[in-house]
Amino acid sequence: MAKKSKVIEKEEVVVRFSGDSGDGMQLTGSLFSFSSAIYGNDISTFPDFPAEIRAPQGTISGVSGFQVHFGHSEVYTPGDKADVLVAMNPAALKANLEWLKPGATIILDVDSFDDKNLARAGYKSNDPIEEDNLGSYNIIKAPITTMTRESLKDMGLDNKSILRSKNMYALGLVFWLFHRPIKDAEHLIREKFAKKEKIAEANVRVLEAGYNYGVIIQAVTPSYHISPAEIKPGIYRNLNGNRAIAWGFLLAAQKSGLELFLGSYPITPATEILQELSARKDLGVKVFQAEDEIAAISTAIGASFAGNLGITSTSGPGLALKGEALGLAVMAELPLVVVDVQRGGPSTGLPTKTEQADLNQALYGRNGESPLVVMAASSPVNCFDYAFYAAKIAIEHMTPVILLSDGFLANGTQPWRIPDEDQFPDINPPYVNNPANQWNVYERDPERLNRYWAIPGTPGYQHRIGGLEKDYLTGEVSYDHHNHFKMVKMRQEKIDRVADFIPPLEVHGDQDAELLIVGWGGTFGHLLTALEELQKEGKKVALAHFNYINPLPKNSYDVLKRFRKIVVCELNMGQFANYLRSKFPDVLLRQYNKVEGLPFTVGELKNHFEKILEE
Amino acid sequence: MSDNKKLAFLEYKSDQNVRWCPGCGDHAILNSLQKTMAELKIPNDQIAVISGIGCSSRLPYYMSTYGFHTIHGRASAIASGVKLANPKLSVWQITGDGDALAIGGNHFIHVIRRNIDINIILFNNQIYGLTKGQYSPTSKRGFISKTSPFGTIEYPFRPGELTIGARGYFFARTIDKEIKLSVEVMKAASKHKGTSIVEVLQNCVIYNDNTHREITDKKFKDDRTIVLEHGKPMIFGKNRNKGLVLDGTRLKVVTIGEGGITENDILVHDAHCEDPTIHLKLADMEYPEFPVALGVIRDAEAPVYDQCFIEQMDKIKKESKIKSFRDLVTSGDVWEVK
Repeated sequence: MAKKSKVIEKEEVVVRFSGDSGDGMQLTGSLFSFSSAIYGNDISTFPDFPAEIRAPQGTISGVSGFQVHFGHSEVYTPGDKADVLVAMNPAALKANLEWLKPGATIILDVDSFDDKNLARAGYKSNDPIEEDNLGSYNIIKAPITTMTRESLKDMGLDNKSILRSKNMYALGLVFWLFHRPIKDAEHLIREKFAKKEKIAEANVRVLEAGYNYGVIIQAVTPSYHISPAEIKPGIYRNLNGNRAIAWGFLLAAQKSGLELFLGSYPITPATEILQELSARKDLGVKVFQAEDEIAAISTAIGASFAGNLGITSTSGPGLALKGEALGLAVMAELPLVVVDVQRGGPSTGLPTKTEQADLNQALYGRNGESPLVVMAASSPVNCFDYAFYAAKIAIEHMTPVILLSDGFLANGTQPWRIPDEDQFPDINPPYVNNPANQWNVYERDPERLNRYWAIPGTPGYQHRIGGLEKDYLTGEVSYDHHNHFKMVKMRQEKIDRVADFIPPLEVHGDQDAELLIVGWGGTFGHLLTALEELQKEGKKVALAHFNYINPLPKNSYDVLKRFRKIVVCELNMGQFANYLRSKFPDVLLRQYNKVEGLPFTVGELKNHFEKILEE
Repeated sequence: MSDNKKLAFLEYKSDQNVRWCPGCGDHAILNSLQKTMAELKIPNDQIAVISGIGCSSRLPYYMSTYGFHTIHGRASAIASGVKLANPKLSVWQITGDGDALAIGGNHFIHVIRRNIDINIILFNNQIYGLTKGQYSPTSKRGFISKTSPFGTIEYPFRPGELTIGARGYFFARTIDKEIKLSVEVMKAASKHKGTSIVEVLQNCVIYNDNTHREITDKKFKDDRTIVLEHGKPMIFGKNRNKGLVLDGTRLKVVTIGEGGITENDILVHDAHCEDPTIHLKLADMEYPEFPVALGVIRDAEAPVYDQCFIEQMDKIKKESKIKSFRDLVTSGDVWEVK
């Protein structure tokens, strides 16, 4: 009888699945995270894949990864470093060494560690454990390829299909490692391959084989136990930021009674928004895949002019191309939401990596005095909420809104508690309500200063708008210098007044903290985790995280003035810090910046904050 | 609407003063467009006129319809959004040779390729007027302008050829001051389902005066142009004795009564033919070898984007199990925490 393994109780664990970009690591990671979520852990995931679709096999540039962080309590990030690494080949091992915790468990497919693959990964010897000095790690050398072949030998599958199943062997082994039942994954596999029964059967069989391998080796290998988290009751699903944005707009369309029109052009990492909405013809979404980024925003502006909710989705290079058209939307005062899923820049930059360096472009990237609303989502699932509110502001204030997301939020997933639609407010389009003969194109709502929306096709309200400066009331073309200044100030004031309709800035942590951490957008999870860990260590710290950037929440200055030390953390060279300085010149701001195409790590943030606290 | 048929076009004039140069061809085109709308009796509120940038693009301000004067080159894209948002609208795009064929070239070919039901009136004066006289993508090779003081060294686009190259199904040509012909082709464009291109040979009185004169001048217009009509033989000339025939694979001008040619030998215009080969030859005819073709050169049927867009959506709405936002978010891999 096999001896029972040593079981280690843990609060939280980070697992990284890594292999060739064709090894099915994204699927493996998704299945594992879904099963963990059903089990009751809180989770956060992040995929990391190369820009090339199939980079050269076996090389480090072709390594594709998927990281899952799950725990007994709330988790806000996919984790800095892994407790467990699954490396399907030598390149996957080499590429991830930097991202392992000391003493981590490494599961290797020893069959793939042949001379050819070792050389491709850049190993000089045939012993990577020795070469990389991995003696202190818990290494499970599993003959994954051989065992996969063995378990499928009587199924009559071709070699390619057999090799494609080996990710399931690794997955089975990880299920064993965390004492997870494999039935949920089995169910998912059978659903995914419903039309390919034989493939489904093969995958399930290999999954079981992997699990059983764990049972066999348990005498010598410790395993982990992570209790379920306390989670608010409800119906949940895993959701990434891109899909959350698409769905937020669907709810906004429903709540406003407007038809949703997306004009977009494929661009990494925003494409999934276009794909997701393209499939939603059943809900009446109009999607137009345009010939370029400029046409994409232009069709959305045309659709808004004609009475739809026009939106467009893009990334930094696309936002650059949309600048002139954005100016038109500012001038014409039409509702429009532009989603910028930021990636590494400038130019083509790092398309699959994350960054927050489009902030200046969003704020200032247009000719003339051209103010608009800038917002930022801060977690994969709150992309849903901010898409909804971006649309609400765009419609009710008749203005373009730029919603900033980033590659990290776009591809990362979290469990999403499916909300009750009634929790979200109605959206009231400011349709023209004066009789046609008593109406002027640029008449404004006294509170919000938005002009009113007259939809083409409505008898009596025919009007002409355009990019030329218009008379402040009649909307006729005007070159009058006084009128221009008046209109410039009016457009600014209209955006400033949005501040009356957004929530105040919250302060997490100690209200009398020695150090205020300031962030915006996609870094929230890392900053909050760092804050909580420092608090556990008895440090007095606080966090103010911005989702509304232009205009800022009305209490922003009051919050900042309360703290002696403030550090603004962002994945750029200090764009938000400089923006705050321009608004509040008397507030002294430190900066913490990183531009590596990667999210912050909680570890580096804590180190930096501790140093500031010691100053 | 005015009961007086002749004055019905006034219903389409806005209260704005028209600010084109005196003598500019645009005035006549504006009149033709207003007459077309009056004759077709399209209600003002059902019309959206979309333009880009350039002299011609000021036109929406002079119409009492819905109008949007947008940005340089992008009118096709904006008009596409308008049409898809509200497919019942009669959508007209006003553009020039620079707006449509230089900065807006990409949008121009793609709107045609998709075949969205938009009527595009392309004012072709072979010059940049609003920026005061630079050569355009339709300026003749060798053309001297402020930015080509030694003559251009590039070939011009031929709008008809470009339209057909982008798989266009409607192309017509007219002359600014020929109001009757312009109204006829604009009416045909409006009735055509899909993208319609109407090239108007327009005279810029300031920067490129008389650029089309060698074909548009009354004195020789009849001999140097041919007005094509579907189902009618391609006969032209002051004396109606010249015609077009096919000589091998090329068009050729012949004189009826000479060399045994009779009216029966003359090609009959088939605008509705799906095959664009002859339409392309007709659209490309240039003086002096040929008369310049006017009228509706091509008017063939093809699937219309905006109709297909609606049909596909209706079909999917019927077939899909997802009928609401709630259905969507609760479908697939969900779990319950109790």
